[in-house]
Amino acid sequence: MVERGFLSPQQAAEALERVSYIAEPGLAVAIFLSLRLQRPLFLEGQPGVGKTEVALALSRALEAPLIRLQCYEGLDLQSAVYEWDYTRQLLEIRLMEAAGEREKERLRRHIFSPEFLLRRPLLQALESKDGRAPVLLIDELDRADEEFEAFLLEFLSDWQVTVPELGTLRAQTPPVVVITSNRTREVHDALKRRCLYYWIDYPSFEKELAIVRARLPHAPEELRRQVVAFAQEVRSLDLYKAPGVAETLDWAAALLALERHRLDESTVEETLGALVKYHDDLKRVREELARGLLAKALARPEAGKSDP
Amino acid sequence: MSLIAHLLLFARTLRQAGALVTTQQVTTLVEALLCLPSLDRENLRHAARCTLVCRQQDLALFDQLFDRFFRAEQGGLPPDEPQAWRLPRPWPSWVGDMHTLLPSTDGEEGRREVVSRLFSYSPLEVMRRRRWEGCTPEEGQVLRQLLMALRHSLSMRRTYRLRRSRRRRHPDLRRTLRQSLRHGGELVGLAWRERARRPRPLVVLADISGSMEIYTRTVLLFIYALAQTWPKPVEAFLFGSRLTRITPCLGIPSPDLALEQVARWVTDWAGGTRIGACLRQFHRLWGRRVLGRGAVVIVISDGWDQGEPELLAQEMERLQKRCHRLIWLNPLLGVPGYQPLTRGMQAALPFVDDFLPGHDMASLQAVARHLCRLPSRRPHRSPGASAGRVAASL
Repeated sequence: MVERGFLSPQQAAEALERVSYIAEPGLAVAIFLSLRLQRPLFLEGQPGVGKTEVALALSRALEAPLIRLQCYEGLDLQSAVYEWDYTRQLLEIRLMEAAGEREKERLRRHIFSPEFLLRRPLLQALESKDGRAPVLLIDELDRADEEFEAFLLEFLSDWQVTVPELGTLRAQTPPVVVITSNRTREVHDALKRRCLYYWIDYPSFEKELAIVRARLPHAPEELRRQVVAFAQEVRSLDLYKAPGVAETLDWAAALLALERHRLDESTVEETLGALVKYHDDLKRVREELARGLLAKALARPEAGKSDP
Repeated sequence: MSLIAHLLLFARTLRQAGALVTTQQVTTLVEALLCLPSLDRENLRHAARCTLVCRQQDLALFDQLFDRFFRAEQGGLPPDEPQAWRLPRPWPSWVGDMHTLLPSTDGEEGRREVVSRLFSYSPLEVMRRRRWEGCTPEEGQVLRQLLMALRHSLSMRRTYRLRRSRRRRHPDLRRTLRQSLRHGGELVGLAWRERARRPRPLVVLADISGSMEIYTRTVLLFIYALAQTWPKPVEAFLFGSRLTRITPCLGIPSPDLALEQVARWVTDWAGGTRIGACLRQFHRLWGRRVLGRGAVVIVISDGWDQGEPELLAQEMERLQKRCHRLIWLNPLLGVPGYQPLTRGMQAALPFVDDFLPGHDMASLQAVARHLCRLPSRRPHRSPGASAGRVAASL
């Protein structure tokens, strides 16, 4: 079997950091093991903590192509695995008739040849170019129907797909699989047990700051510290939807675009919509702002020096 | 004791404390340890965490148990040769510890033993518990009638999956082509597909506070009957001063045993009511998970609320926006001359699609019939109703 991936969890974390993804030790171990044991990595966590990002970063770090399957309700085999190109098949029948082909069996074999097969993400993921397996991202699995999970169970353990007209197609090298879920419904335990499970939490101040640094290298350090301190403070309020790292990054980018290099009350007020996205939550944060939330955030020791 | 034996014990204790751990997962962990370059305590923890646990709610339990089983002061484990997988020292400290954790019996008793040793409860947490009498024959009879009434035509929704059909909705090209090949490639007729129909998810939130006490038993039987009949698992929650999810109890085949289990789980029987706070907790912990796919929600309560009406209005608004239909059953509605004037009821009412009585078996049967006749469209909701406005008018 081809050795793949990294030599140690440490090395995995470093490789990911080079492509601007900061992975905590637990996640690095899970990623390392998922590559070594050829098990899918199952990621859960609140929206915006960087689940999808893991797959994107892995594909960059391994220099492997990324194949993405976005799940949605009603996702079926035709859009996830394969479909026949019916229009071309019908045309081909006419052409063969015109050429005088009469034998039914030969016609059938010709029509259902790989030439007429449209490969959808899961089938694409079974094909590796020059021995390098692609990274397959199955995003937001909880949105798909239960039937699809049942299919995945088979796909993820045998790495093969059966097309009745063609036979079984098998992967030379299994793809690196990352599955994410937002828990809008519970994904079946049987599937999760076949995977390595990792729950991505909201990051600590240090980790979030490292992420913002990696993603926004041009932002002034003072702003980055203040933004992260404020985001952490907002997260500690009892909100319906606490801001994720994605929101922190959006907000920092918004502040940069407005050329604000320091947080003050009115700036926060104007741009809060990038960080908090529910009406009730906005109201709550505004109330807390009036009660000195910003000052409290900036007073955190990690927030660095800042003169009002 | 070898590390593997120790891991097996660890897995067993995890299982007995209520986490789902299969032997296959333990095998995966051993494979994982074999390929880790260095096996220190932190790597062991991370590897065990991502192989043995597959549910977020089990993570806290895992961390607690891991810290008891693998003490930090024992330092690093030996390097990676499998034959070196023996613990460096006899570790008397944790062996004693482990035996206090291992339950003497299997099953439910064992589970509670482990959990109670892990998280020693404070006396304040021990609230009133309750025993249930058995199900009377008359109640059993009514229950069966209810089941019969419910059996047909439940509330359905169209899914986005297509299945073959005679109705001409979406052409089925694959089948069409295969049919045509039987006739030498001549298109004889089109094959069709249509959107499949599925029952909607059902979520029940029932009030078990003091003012609801005399109805609680009937209400629980009603929920049980619903769960037995509804083609999908019914998500059920009880609330008073706190929220308890009783969904797993509803799968128990006998209603008597199911009620007994519920009685054991719930700790706030006949206490105070904080509907708003409980709904808020519901939204935070469960809303996103159980309200998807056009759920029908039933709230059973008399609307006596000791909490803030503003909070209740806000949480009700959120609940209504996230479900297909919000039904409120109020047992008091069966009392002649009752007006829903309590502040809680006033706060909730603008966000309720159907306001129905539910004081006895007859009215609950009417509710069951209503559930069978729910229209497939969302009811019209006045855009003017908002939590802020409702709270202001109270």
